[in-house]
Parts: sequence; C-alpha cells; structure tokens
Amino acid sequence: MGLILVVAEVAGGSPTPLTLELVSHGRTLGDEVAVVVLDPEADAVLPALGAHGASQAYVGRETAYREHLGQPAAQVVSALVDRLHPDLVLFPGTQEGRDLAARVSARLGLPVLANAIEVTKEGDAFLVRTAIFGATVDVVTRTRSRSPLVLVRPKSFTATASGGPQPVTEVLPLPAEAPLGARRLESVVAPSAGPGLEEAKVVVSGGRGMQEAANFEVLEHLARQLGGAVGASRAVVDAGWVPYALQVGQTGKTVKPDVYIACGISGAMQHLVGMKGSSHIVAINKDPDAPIFKLSDLGVVGDALKVVPALIEELRARGLR
Amino acid sequence: MGQLHHGAIGFPLRRTRLAPGSLAIIRLRFDGPDRPVRWGQFTQFREGTPGVKVAVFVKQIPDPTGVGRLDPLTHLLVRDGTELVLDPGDANGVEAALRVVEASGGEVVAITMGGERAAEVLRKAMAMGAGSAIHVADDRLRGSDALATARVLAAAVARSGCELVVAGTESTDGYTGTVPAAVAELLGWPALTFAKVLEVDSGTVRIQRQTPAGHDVVEAPLPAVVTVTGAINEPRYPSLRGIMAAKSKPLEQLSLDDLGVPPDEVGLAAAGQEVISAAPAPERAAGELIEDDGSAARRIADYLAELKVI
Repeated sequence: MGLILVVAEVAGGSPTPLTLELVSHGRTLGDEVAVVVLDPEADAVLPALGAHGASQAYVGRETAYREHLGQPAAQVVSALVDRLHPDLVLFPGTQEGRDLAARVSARLGLPVLANAIEVTKEGDAFLVRTAIFGATVDVVTRTRSRSPLVLVRPKSFTATASGGPQPVTEVLPLPAEAPLGARRLESVVAPSAGPGLEEAKVVVSGGRGMQEAANFEVLEHLARQLGGAVGASRAVVDAGWVPYALQVGQTGKTVKPDVYIACGISGAMQHLVGMKGSSHIVAINKDPDAPIFKLSDLGVVGDALKVVPALIEELRARGLR
Repeated sequence: MGQLHHGAIGFPLRRTRLAPGSLAIIRLRFDGPDRPVRWGQFTQFREGTPGVKVAVFVKQIPDPTGVGRLDPLTHLLVRDGTELVLDPGDANGVEAALRVVEASGGEVVAITMGGERAAEVLRKAMAMGAGSAIHVADDRLRGSDALATARVLAAAVARSGCELVVAGTESTDGYTGTVPAAVAELLGWPALTFAKVLEVDSGTVRIQRQTPAGHDVVEAPLPAVVTVTGAINEPRYPSLRGIMAAKSKPLEQLSLDDLGVPPDEVGLAAAGQEVISAAPAPERAAGELIEDDGSAARRIADYLAELKVI
C-alpha cells in the first residue's frame, strides 16, 4: 500500500534531473514508487530510475510521445492512474508536465496542484507547499481527494540514489484509436542557448535596466570573468533581446547558484520564484524600492550600465580577464 | 445574476431573458461593422469562407505591480481595495486573437469567469477589438479551482461555437497554468502551448513553441486551443473609438444553469484541496544596501572575494 506514481521525463537518453528528484522524494511519501516513462528511449533510463528507488516501471515506446503534444500521453497516464489508484501522482513542473497533468486532471476529474516546492505526508493526505506573490507568501494546501496530481518545481528535492535494482517493467501500448493531436514538425535549437545556466555556480542576470540588447555583452563579459552563466528576466526575453533559454523565473529556469547577480532587474514576482533559492544574491538597480532588494544580501542602488563595467574593470585589476 | 450593464443613452436596447434570474442585454448595432473590412476578407466571405471564430480567455487580476494579499480566514485572493486589471498575459492573448481574425476574417469573442467587476476586462478586450463577450458569473463559482474553471470555460466555448481558443500561458496572479490544456482535454481538442508565433491558415494552426533549447514548430487542425507567451506580440492600446464602440458591443452574462454545468462540480466545496495556511515566507536576513557613489564595484568585488568566488 502507499503507492506514489512519478511521471518521468527523458532527455538525451537519460532521466532529467527533475525526474530523479521526484523519484527520490517519492520514497519518503509512500511504500513504493512506480514510474511511467513514455518515450522511445524509455528502456535506457530504467536502471537510473531503479537506482533512485523506483520498483515498478510502466513503459511506452511509441514515437508518438515525442511527435505529439500531451494527448497520447494523457490517455495512457490517465488509464494507468485509474487502474493503480496511486496515493499521489508527481509530475515534473515543465511545459510537458504541465500540459499532461492538466489533461489527466480533466479526464479523471482529479485536482491538480501546480508549482509545489515541498510535498509531505500527513495521515491519509498530503501537504503541498507553494510560494506565491514572488515567493513572499508560503501557502500550504492539504489534498482531500484520491490520487491528487502535483506539479513540482525543479530543485525542490534532492536526488539521492537508493541503490535499487532495475524496476519490474510492464509495457503499456498506445491505443490505436487514441487521438494524437498537435504534431511537432521540427525542433530548432537556438545557437545562443546558454549551456549550464541551471548548473552554474555564478549567474549574472539582466533585466530592463540594461536598456538594450547590445548591453548584454557586458553581462557576458562579467559572467566569463566569474566562470558563470548569463540569465535574464522575462521582460527582456519577451522583448526579444535574448533567447528564452536564458529566462530565469516561473516559466523559465529555476537556478540556485552560489551567487546570483541581478543587474537592472526590479524583481517581478515571476522572476523571484526562479532565483530566490540562490545562496547569495547581489542586486544592482536604480530604484531603491525595487522588490529585488528585499531578497538581496548586497544591494547597490545605481545604474547597472555604470556599475557592471566598473566591476569588470575592478575584477580585471584583481587579475581576472 | 440580475446585474444590468448600461451603456450610453439614446440607443435602443433589447433584453433577452436567458434563464430565470439571469439577464443579458444585447445592443442592436446601427453603426455597421465595428471592424474595417478589407477587400481580401470581403472576397473570402463572398467565396463562403466565414473566417475563424476565436474565443480568447481573459482574467481580471489584482495589479501585478502591487503587492498581492490573501484573506487571512478564507485564504482567497483579496480583490477589494486592490486595483484590478486585465492580466497582462491575457492582453497578449487578445492581441494574438485579433491578429488571427484580421488576417483570416472571422470574429473574436472574449470570455471570462468571475464576479460582477470582471466585466471590466471584457469591455477592455472589446475596446481592443473583440466583437462580443461572454461573462460567466455565478456566486456558486466562488473558490473554484483550476479544474472547475476549466469545466466552466469549456462549456462557454462549446456554447459560443468558437473553433479556436487563445489564452495566456498562465495567469499572472495564480501561475497554475493548467486551465487551457484542461479545457482542450474536456473539448477533445489539441492544445498548442507556449506559442511565440501563431499562424492560422486554411483550418490549420501552426505555432512556434518556446522550448528551453529554442523552439519547436507545432501544427494541428482546427478546432484547437493555443496558449501564448509574452513574446508573441505587443498588445495594442484601445483607441478612444474602440473604447466608445465597446460600450455597445454585446456582452452576454451566463450562469451555471445557462451553461449546464452541475453546481456540485465547481466552487470551494468541489475543490480537491484546501488551503490550510498562507503565511509570509521566511525572510532572508536583511542585506546590506549601498548607494553607488563610484565605489560600489569595489564593494561587490570584495563581497565576491569574501564568498571565495574570486
């Protein structure tokens, strides 16, 4: 009894870090963790899922799961939830996870809780913590339905190996009559996509206060000096200054570097949830009332366009190219 | 739902009884089409292509530049005493819907669910160019969760006869982001989410979907649901003419009974979860705040050295 079902995601032949976080945390919430893996490369990831505590795996290998958005997976996952009646279903808080959880919710009439940063068990129910209003308010929700669906934000839990064996595997066929829905015609990888933003020890992020796209060059320079990565607020991504791959925040990446340097970012709610877990925060902004200063360990009221070049010079003087 | 929406005096009004206790006013239009008809569209209509009927979801939220508050007892969002605005993400949705119709012909229907004041965002959407609006308002909807909201909106879309739904990716107050895909599932439609480019042509929707690595090109036949990101467009400001025209556009108010949605499937009691606490998040230790007098760069460098980053 006490089954936790985790919806796994696969990237480049490996389970995503978030998937391993969910499987690991699932062990604290139930007696058994089952995973459902719908991907042509599903088999390749089963050892890693087992090693993190999954004892059962439900696998679908059709290419439809990569070629189509949401609909094929929703049918199979819904049927599985209906059959297993897990105590809880954990979904990765990604674009795909969100679309899938929404559809399963609608098919089965089950509630979906989004943006979880903590999930604990309380008797027969689960307590789900989310941060709202730019992570200034902590909300705790208690589930009161069977098999609640919970979307978890990345880096909320730690992935820990349990040393478990390969999970017992069952293949789930995709019903022939399943509507496939929207089809992916091609995937375009942006050449400037910043690698390592989520892993970087230092993140240098820019917002509207950088005035224009060309000024991101100084942020790239500073990030190079510090061995870090460049991030951005949604406002400048929406404005087309930098690609979406650089976006930090609610709909972008969640980062928890040792140092986060926010340059010309006022600190909109949706940005703060993506970076407030950083160990140390430095903020540079013209507006002394900017919400970012409530989170910062070192705040500088000033023009990022002056302070950042001066910082680059200062670091150069200290021997950093 | 006895609320009447009054416009300028001097135009004839026609009242249509929808259901006991529910009234809507439909204004007769004497000012002709409120949208300039271009030759291309005219030709299309003549050939029997009616264009696309597009529903756009809009939500009234507390001004996101202000500080949000939750009622300490009910844990519901406090809307009184807060400036209420059209969700900025939905303004992108309205703009995207208008551009589809401007390119292919058809009409835009703005749809919202909410209390009496939520009609304000419908007027805003109509001032931007939507042709009509549907307001689902019912006291029994208070406290509805994402699934209940999706049930109501799906029923409203089905009733409207729209074949394309455009919505923001997520609301700027709740960030749940599951309503559009749940609506798609309830209607049995595909959902094309996170669109930064949207094109509709000959019954096919094609988007560029933002991805962590770049973008995917995704396609589906109509009917379909599309969610858009802030990158898709720059929403237009309503013109004075648009604001005046919006006052006489049809705004239909509907109850749960009108939509045939069972009351036990919505509202606080139907929600599959309950909020048990909402408290200020633990604050980070108060940081140091300095004014840049030319020495800030040195201070930051010293701080980075303290942290052994350099």
